[in-house]
Amino acid sequence: MAKKEAIEVEGTVVEALPNAMFRVELPNGHEVLAHISGKIRMHYIRVLPGDKVLIELSPYDLSRGRITYRLK
Amino acid sequence: MGIVIKSEKEIAAMRQAGRIVGEILGILSKQVKPGMKTRELDTIAEKELKKRGAQSSFKGYRGFPASLCTSVNDEIVHGIPGDKTLREGDILSLDFGAIYSGFQGDAAVTVPVGRVSPEASRLIETTRECLAAGIAAAKAGANLGDISAAIQDYAESRGYGVVREYTGHGIGREMHEDPQIPNCTDPPYGLKPGTGPVLKKGMTLALEPMLNAGGWRTRVAADRWTVLTADGGLSAHFEHTIAINDKEPEVLTRGAYG
Repeated sequence: MAKKEAIEVEGTVVEALPNAMFRVELPNGHEVLAHISGKIRMHYIRVLPGDKVLIELSPYDLSRGRITYRLK
Repeated sequence: MGIVIKSEKEIAAMRQAGRIVGEILGILSKQVKPGMKTRELDTIAEKELKKRGAQSSFKGYRGFPASLCTSVNDEIVHGIPGDKTLREGDILSLDFGAIYSGFQGDAAVTVPVGRVSPEASRLIETTRECLAAGIAAAKAGANLGDISAAIQDYAESRGYGVVREYTGHGIGREMHEDPQIPNCTDPPYGLKPGTGPVLKKGMTLALEPMLNAGGWRTRVAADRWTVLTADGGLSAHFEHTIAINDKEPEVLTRGAYG
C-alpha cells in the first residue's frame, strides 16, 4: 500500500514577521512564508531568526508552510 | 524513528511473509476475468490468508475496509473492492500485504482483464520494467535518491507521468516505516541521485512506482481512499518488498506473477 507523501523539510528562519509568521529559507534556496503550529505556540517555544526549524509544506501552495518543530 | 536494520533472523521472517504475499498475488492475478466483481477477489485473498495463518496488512489500516486494494483503469492505488464489475479491456491493479510472525510483506501487480489495447499493455509492461529498474538501483552503498532517479528516468523517458504524492516505504514490523521512498527527484517531493540515506544490508524496503499514461497529478475519490489520475488517463502500479544485500538486493515478494 503506497504511503501518502508528507512534505517535511528543514529550513532556517530568516526573519520574524508580525502575527507569528516567519520567512524561512530552505536548503534549495527557496523562501517560504511559514506560520507556527499550535503546539509550538502553546508551549511558548520561541522561534528566532537563525533557528533551524522543521516545516511542513502544502502540496497546493509551495510558498507557504507550517513550522512544526524547532531543531536544537 | 529512523531506518530499522533487520537481522538475518528478521529477514528470514520477512522472507516468509513475502512468500505468502507472492503466492496469494499469483493466485489472484490468475483469477481475474471479465464479469467478475472486485469484491470476489478480496474474498479469495482473505481465504488464502487464513489458509496460511497470516493476517492482512491492510484491513483496518487507518480504517481501510478490505484485505486487498483493487484499482481499475484510471484508479491509481487504494481502490476498495466492491460491486464494481470488471470488463474486458480494463486494467486492474492488485495491491496486497500480509503479516506473518510479526513481519509484513507488501506487493502489487497490474493485470489485464481479458484482451486489452496495445497502449494499456505497453503501460503495464513499462511499469513492471520501471520497478525492475528501481530494484536494480537498490544496491548497498547507493543512496535512496538513486532509486528515485532510476524510477523517474525509466518512466519519463518512455513518455509516462510518474505519481509523486504517493511513495514507497520502509517495511518490517510495521507496513510503513522510514524511509519514505519517492518515485521522482524534483523538489519538494523527490530525492536527487546521490542524496538521501545510504542503503545498507538489512534494510527492507517496498518500492512502488505508479505510472500514468497522462500527467502525474492525482485526485482522491469521495470514498476518501481511491486515488485517481487527475486527467482520467490509465494508471499502472507494481510493487515489491526487497531486502538490501551485500550486492544485489533480494526480492522477498516474488510470486507466479510479474
